Amino acid sequence: MGKHLVDKIWELHKVKTLPSGQDQIAIGLHLIHEVTSPQAFAMLKEYNMAVKHPERTFATADHIIPTESRARPFADSLAEAMMEAVEKNTKEYGITFFGPESGLQGVVHIIGPELGLTQPGMTIVCGDSHTATHGAFGALAFGIGTSQVRDVLATQTMAMGKPKVRKIEVKGKLSRGVTAKDIILKIIAELGVNGGLGYAYEYAGETIEGLSMEERMTVCNMSIEGGARFGYINPDQTTFDYLKGRKYVPSGAAWDKAVEFWKSIASDADAQYDDIYTLDVNNLKPMVTWGINPGQAIGVDEPIPETASLPGEYQDSAGKGLIHMGFKEGETMEGKKIDVAFIGSCTNGRISDLRDAAEFLKGKRVAEGVWAFVVPGSNSVKIQAEKEGLDKIFEAAGFQWREAGCSICLGMNPDKLVGNQMSASSSNRNFIGRQGSPTGKTLLMSPVMVAAAAVAGKVVDIRKL
Amino acid sequence: MANDDVKKIRIEGRGVYVPGDDIDTDQIIPARFMRCVTFDGLGKYAFYDVRFNADETPKEHPLNEEIYAAANILLSNNNFGCGSSREHAPQALKRFGFDAFIAESFAEIFAGNCATLGLPAVSVKKSAVENLAAKIQKSPQIKVVISLMDKTIECDGEIFSFTMPESHRQSLINGTWDTVFELQKNDAEVEATLSSLPYSKGFK
Repeated sequence: MGKHLVDKIWELHKVKTLPSGQDQIAIGLHLIHEVTSPQAFAMLKEYNMAVKHPERTFATADHIIPTESRARPFADSLAEAMMEAVEKNTKEYGITFFGPESGLQGVVHIIGPELGLTQPGMTIVCGDSHTATHGAFGALAFGIGTSQVRDVLATQTMAMGKPKVRKIEVKGKLSRGVTAKDIILKIIAELGVNGGLGYAYEYAGETIEGLSMEERMTVCNMSIEGGARFGYINPDQTTFDYLKGRKYVPSGAAWDKAVEFWKSIASDADAQYDDIYTLDVNNLKPMVTWGINPGQAIGVDEPIPETASLPGEYQDSAGKGLIHMGFKEGETMEGKKIDVAFIGSCTNGRISDLRDAAEFLKGKRVAEGVWAFVVPGSNSVKIQAEKEGLDKIFEAAGFQWREAGCSICLGMNPDKLVGNQMSASSSNRNFIGRQGSPTGKTLLMSPVMVAAAAVAGKVVDIRKL
Repeated sequence: MANDDVKKIRIEGRGVYVPGDDIDTDQIIPARFMRCVTFDGLGKYAFYDVRFNADETPKEHPLNEEIYAAANILLSNNNFGCGSSREHAPQALKRFGFDAFIAESFAEIFAGNCATLGLPAVSVKKSAVENLAAKIQKSPQIKVVISLMDKTIECDGEIFSFTMPESHRQSLINGTWDTVFELQKNDAEVEATLSSLPYSKGFK
């Protein structure tokens, strides 16, 4: 009987079974950022422990970093203190830090892949729930808490139970204007925000195989929004082509050995899964959220469901969602006015996302009264976009062009919603207060749908334009 | 470290019911309060935006009610702690005064974070949450006892069984929930595993 990728990676990395029954798992790549690491370093100091393998940890700054001016010290003294902590800790323990001066700074889940740090067959952890992004390469990648960040720093291992695996087979052809973001929003809407509890999601099938690496990252990125801590796609030629020539990827004879290994860890054709779910995307529509969790998403021209028609466990959040958003059952998202348009984040801040949005925006103008801005996912994405002249297209359309960071995906830096503003956002969470205002409202959608909403001043169906 | 002080065998105290499904960690600790390099001051910001208006006046919320001020066990519904992996969430709740959580279900990363902090997060049926909530709301001072040995919750003469990942329960009972000490014991095996990884030396 064949094995799936989780079994194969788990076997390679398992050190032993701990008395609790969990396994001790060796960690190949540890990524850290300024928000969830300072307390971990403080705990190390408290216990008088060293960093076991500093060469396996890489750091950047993304959550708190301002996207307008990065002049130091930051205007926000709390953010400045966090930045100083990550600089000091990485220096003290000999950890590579991709800060702004390195030219390689960016959102942690964007720079890992673009530097080639992220590779198939690895265990990859980060104190951030969107770590499953790296699973797009066929890695076992998952988010951890700060105490576990400390565990990994101190031992290069962590205690973990092996997840079950649900294969999500996606078939069919995406219509024009429908993107990888819409696939994952649909999967979450179908399986629920806690449907993935205890599972790793293996995204497979002809549609997934046909996606670019950047699109695959968008899909894996939001696994946690469906309750799955892990999401991955088996490595294939698309994966290898993306990786070739990147900074931390082996070359020459080592490249051939690497590819041989990477091929070997893909799920076997006769692997057994704990569950299989099939999604046909032939008629998939651009998806937009209407509520306060990412599972509350519908096709842009579909009616908001009646709360009473939903399964019992969804009704509480649906009721609260309608109240917070000020929407009614039966309304469609098409036509909902917006105040803010955001393109960026670890979900949709890559060069292909920016190209899609810019292509649409050529010769168009953002509607009056809409604050529209683009935040490249990394400094490298920014440089590439500028090389292609995308920044000029965005600016001519009335979008602001910013420096790389997490920005308004979460309210930790100067980019925030104000009052009860409604935002069309290419990010990953529409939780109440997520974008920095307790009464703010977030509509999740693809980058090109955000661009279209910015121009119209309201949610529109990109397929009709 | 596995001394009796850290063995979590029985948690008792008072409960408070914070109703709702899908209570996410952004709600438990809004991101703006995570601009810090220590968890120490987080307690007062737990559930801040659902407890306070923009002008800092209190809203109606169980955690603002004096009768629940002594509660150390939080009761809630489905998918508690979903969203961001921020350990700031259980850290804030711990510092607010909670020693344990009872809910219909927990998000996985949140449950793992609780286990690592020695905070039992136990799941019970919806009917049990409703029953416990009714008892607590009727008599806020009523005693709630969580027995990790028996996998039960006792309240007002009634006993409810709970579930939780067995590995979490074992590490709580044995006082080995602070994983770093357990992980450090196996240094030689760790190094052997790491050096056996095909990518350990860049495939050279």
